[in-house]
Amino acid sequence: MRYIEPHGHMVSRTTDDYRDMVTAGCACVCEPAFWAGYDRSSVHGFYDYFCQLTDYEPKRAAKFGLPHYCWLCINPKESEDVGLAKDVIGIIPQFLDRPNVLGIGEIGLNKNSRNEMQVLEMHVDLAANHNQLILVHTPHLEDKLKGTRLILDVLKSDSRIQPERVIIDHVEEHTAQLVLDRGHWAGMTLYPESKCTGARAIDIFERFGSERLWMNSACDWGVSVPLAVPHAALEMRKRQWTAEKIDSVIYGNPIRFMSQTPKFKSPA
Amino acid sequence: MKRTDLLDLYFMENRAKLIDLAAFMDRVDRAEGDADFRYAAFKEALKELGRGDSERAKHVLLSLSDPTTEPIPAAPGKGAIGAWKT
Ligand SMILES: [Zn+2]
Repeated sequence: MRYIEPHGHMVSRTTDDYRDMVTAGCACVCEPAFWAGYDRSSVHGFYDYFCQLTDYEPKRAAKFGLPHYCWLCINPKESEDVGLAKDVIGIIPQFLDRPNVLGIGEIGLNKNSRNEMQVLEMHVDLAANHNQLILVHTPHLEDKLKGTRLILDVLKSDSRIQPERVIIDHVEEHTAQLVLDRGHWAGMTLYPESKCTGARAIDIFERFGSERLWMNSACDWGVSVPLAVPHAALEMRKRQWTAEKIDSVIYGNPIRFMSQTPKFKSPA
Repeated sequence: MKRTDLLDLYFMENRAKLIDLAAFMDRVDRAEGDADFRYAAFKEALKELGRGDSERAKHVLLSLSDPTTEPIPAAPGKGAIGAWKT
């Protein structure tokens, strides 16, 4: 089996996780910028984090033979401070030429506030100005439906944004169709306690088609499982999916989306 | 997959989840204290299981979602609770 982990916060994971992922068939990992679990106190903290994502972490991954890509932004959880967000967005362009940067992400909303909306619009503008792919985080639990609708409207209102160059992550049964109907890609996150289980993700593939859908573990510093994607692949086998179909979803689909930037080199 | 195959695969797991759900509700009912909006929302969402279509998961999620459409003035914190408090 081979697969791609299109959303993993590897700076929070151990070398054991890298070893286990590669052993399970991981062919490359992509790391969106995330909240640290605490608020960074200044733009300098983000500068250091972006250096970590574009320099140190790819070297750590390379020790396991694993190509590492990343996405840059200030996370929606830190978007309430619009002044800080402006400063952070101001330093992102100097990192966009780095070889492992795929685009802007994971941007989006968290509590669906006005300031979060303003920062989302700034990120979308940044991506459009620099012709970057976009990876969007949708809010958690009770906030997801409303946040997804607001995000879709922000994206639609910017005529420079090509829907197929945007992936909207963490969809569930109530938001998948909304996202796909707008022409975007959709991501399903496999978490033990929230978002999707493997069984539900397979249901969503079977119901909505696998044309523009991927799965990820979104493993980070919280309760999450770095091997969630290969575990879901095992469940697909139990659901009588063919090896070719499983491969097309867990390996082929991330490649099809990310190959829209020439920075992404197909592992094959 | 045939219905029987799906039941072979998932029945025992979901039987256990069903009993866990019942035990959770019994536990909450036995406990002292004020009513909590999360439990009311939970019981409301349970009604969606009686739907005759295959849209139960979607409607349970909708039932637990914030139905409003306008951005809020300011984020009250970072976390989500899992149920919508009107
Ligand atoms: Zn994430």
